[in-house]
Amino acid sequence: MSDGKAALIDTLSWPEQYRELATQTKDPRLKTFYEAGCVAPETPLSEVPFVAVDFETTGLDPDRHSIVSIGVVPFTLDRVQLSGSRHWLVKPQLPLHQTSVTIHGITHTDVDKAPDLADVLDEFLESLAGRVPVVHYRNIERPFLNMALKWRIGEEIRFPVMDTMAIEAYLHPNRKPSWWQRLRGQRPISIRLADSRLRYGLPHYPPHNAVVDALASAELLMAQVQHHFSPETPIRDLWL
Amino acid sequence: MQAELIEIRNHLTQHSPFDEMPDEFLDRIVSSIEIAYFRAGTDILKLDEPNTNLHYVRSGAVEIYRRSGELYNRITEGEIFGQFGLLMNKSVRFPAKALEDSLIYLIPDEVFQYLWENDESFTDFVETENHSRLRSALSRREKSNQPMTARVTRLISREPVMAPNTVRLQEAARIMTDRGVSALLLMDENGDKPTLSGIITDRDLRTRALCEALPSETPISDIMTEELITTRTSAFIFEAMLTMLHNNVHHLPVMEGDTVRGVIALSDIVKHESQSSLYLVSNIYHQQDVKGLRRLSKEVPNTFVRMVREDANSHMIGSAMAGIGRTFSQRLLELGEEKLGPPPVPYCFMALGSMARDEQLVVTDQDNAMVLDDRFDPEQHDEYFLALAKFVSDGLAECGYSYCTGDIMATNQKWRQPLKVWKKYFADWIENPKAEALLNSNIFFDLDGIHGRIEYTEELKTFIAEKASNSQRFLAMLARNALNRTPPLGFFRTFVMEESGRQAKTFNLKRRGTAPVSDLIRVHALACGSRAQNTFNRLKAIGQTKLIPEDGVDNLRDAFEFIAIVRIRHQALSIEAGREPDNNVRPEDLSPFERSHLKDAFQVVSQAQKFLKFRYNPQATRNV
Repeated sequence: MSDGKAALIDTLSWPEQYRELATQTKDPRLKTFYEAGCVAPETPLSEVPFVAVDFETTGLDPDRHSIVSIGVVPFTLDRVQLSGSRHWLVKPQLPLHQTSVTIHGITHTDVDKAPDLADVLDEFLESLAGRVPVVHYRNIERPFLNMALKWRIGEEIRFPVMDTMAIEAYLHPNRKPSWWQRLRGQRPISIRLADSRLRYGLPHYPPHNAVVDALASAELLMAQVQHHFSPETPIRDLWL
Repeated sequence: MQAELIEIRNHLTQHSPFDEMPDEFLDRIVSSIEIAYFRAGTDILKLDEPNTNLHYVRSGAVEIYRRSGELYNRITEGEIFGQFGLLMNKSVRFPAKALEDSLIYLIPDEVFQYLWENDESFTDFVETENHSRLRSALSRREKSNQPMTARVTRLISREPVMAPNTVRLQEAARIMTDRGVSALLLMDENGDKPTLSGIITDRDLRTRALCEALPSETPISDIMTEELITTRTSAFIFEAMLTMLHNNVHHLPVMEGDTVRGVIALSDIVKHESQSSLYLVSNIYHQQDVKGLRRLSKEVPNTFVRMVREDANSHMIGSAMAGIGRTFSQRLLELGEEKLGPPPVPYCFMALGSMARDEQLVVTDQDNAMVLDDRFDPEQHDEYFLALAKFVSDGLAECGYSYCTGDIMATNQKWRQPLKVWKKYFADWIENPKAEALLNSNIFFDLDGIHGRIEYTEELKTFIAEKASNSQRFLAMLARNALNRTPPLGFFRTFVMEESGRQAKTFNLKRRGTAPVSDLIRVHALACGSRAQNTFNRLKAIGQTKLIPEDGVDNLRDAFEFIAIVRIRHQALSIEAGREPDNNVRPEDLSPFERSHLKDAFQVVSQAQKFLKFRYNPQATRNV
């Protein structure tokens, strides 16, 4: 896809983009994904099918690190459908880093037996099809997926995301206390997943398992909407 | 299994009824769970709307309401709700609202039904009403409690040693020495088969024969005890112990029909039970002055703690403690009479309240009164009785039974009156009931004669039983007073929860627990003309009349036992920790077992109070 086309496509709404991309892509898996469509921007949140997505990676830089596991949890505003959750281990293209092993607990033995991302791509895209992805911190999932796809099929993927961290950032614009507030002992407001959940009375989950983290951000979005928005809020106000 | 499922499963297995569930059932649950989030203040279940899920609180807190909108329960992490609707018609019977931001796990109806059909403990948990859960909790406790429920037959180690009642004194003593017994049964051999006609003990030989220097040829029938106090083979050891306590005897023939199966001695029981309440009682009788009694009274809390440790039930402990209190009073009266001389006219010393009900614990004040012979003349005789009453009252205070703050003591002239005046008092209370006055005289309706002419008190009991059952206004007024004190709704985290939704840090287990039960049972007992004083015995009498439904009786008995035993344990713990025992309990001091079953017990009491209201219509008395 040329830069001109990419610029053009940006002016389209998400459902229009999906229709356009479905005709452009050469990969049948991506084609199926786009053909499942995307909800209209004015759709109220209560009617949107969501899917929470989380990747565990070997690091934070998509150019130097790779995906090691993927978790997805489908949900709507009033229910998380746990039975639909999925978890995949995938073999990273670059070697596992000792520090990342200590973070997500996935070991060399685990990934040695794991398939390549390309082998689970159809299943993964299937679980995303027709749903709006929800992540906590959008600068991980989309870039890492794009990089992985570029490597394997020479294409990128486009989809809107709901970012629960961006919502927290929007809700707490002045989260760094001034020198005066710091003097009085005020602590900065953290918008990390576990800290954000605490503000909504959500339980503590052990972090760094892709499917548990996905579940955690699904629950967080449910809570955010109940506290600060409304089920009638159109999705275009919140997706990015 | 996936990580998020393990996370959920781990949470479930920390809570009933999931903690005892087989793995395959747990797997079925966790793979079917859906999750919902409710912001504080939002409705989770609305009355009569469809509900197809069992709800499990993962975090937060939820309030459950009755149809009427009354608060029913407040639940938190690890508890379930919504099961009643699933068992009935899949619509909401108890509405629920999020009290705090709450994460709820939803278990679909088909999984619920599957568990309900296949997992017995799950069925018991969700299906049984609170009071049956209480019952099984109590029976589990009793099963583990063998020694206290053993029968007297266990103590019979030999054939009874008997002799014809025609033997002479010396012969009897020789048989006892040869056979190595401290009591000899004497048989009447005139009939077809020998029948028991008397008993003679070591102590009798000393006091009745040696002290009197009787000739060795004296017929044993001249000095044997003929009015025998016996027990049955079916009796529990603790019952035999109470019989000994009550009658101050040290030997009991054990009867099966009219055949003697053996004799048990105080020492047998002591050996068997390692209980010292009997030691204490017999020691009390040996004290020669108030100082000695006072010294002995320091042992009372230890005796109490020992019984609690041995898992005695509340009836045993309440009776033993009342028995000890009664013995202190009796001994003080004997010492008083020794000091002041014999009474100028006969009298009866009455215990009132918890001692009369056989429900005394360690924290207690003295409630007593004197019923004097009708020949009593205040001018001539009252000086004596006042002095005696004062001696006993001061002595009891020395022994840890503090003075009654309401002045319900024989030292108060009003409560030191001849039988005819007492009858007038009771007639007035019953025939012209005034709520306020009855509130203060409640305590006189639990009465027990403990010294002197016991028959005076017995006469009063009969008088009350006959009069009270016929006075609807009196019963209505008494019922109204019995509703003054209500149990809390339950517990919520570290708080006591009231029906109003208010929360407190502590509550009084007597005022809010045992007292409301004994109050309401007293009303029913008087209504059915019972002369019983003890709450359990009153319940038995009520049960025979069908005045309240049969399971109502059982539920109340269980609730009373459970509340009483928690109160008793709480006091025992304080004593062991060197603190002053009291009746105030903080929810955080209760075990999870106690918390959940106390909540059940409170609900039984609350129901029983509602029934009382309905049965005696106390509202109607408001305008009288």
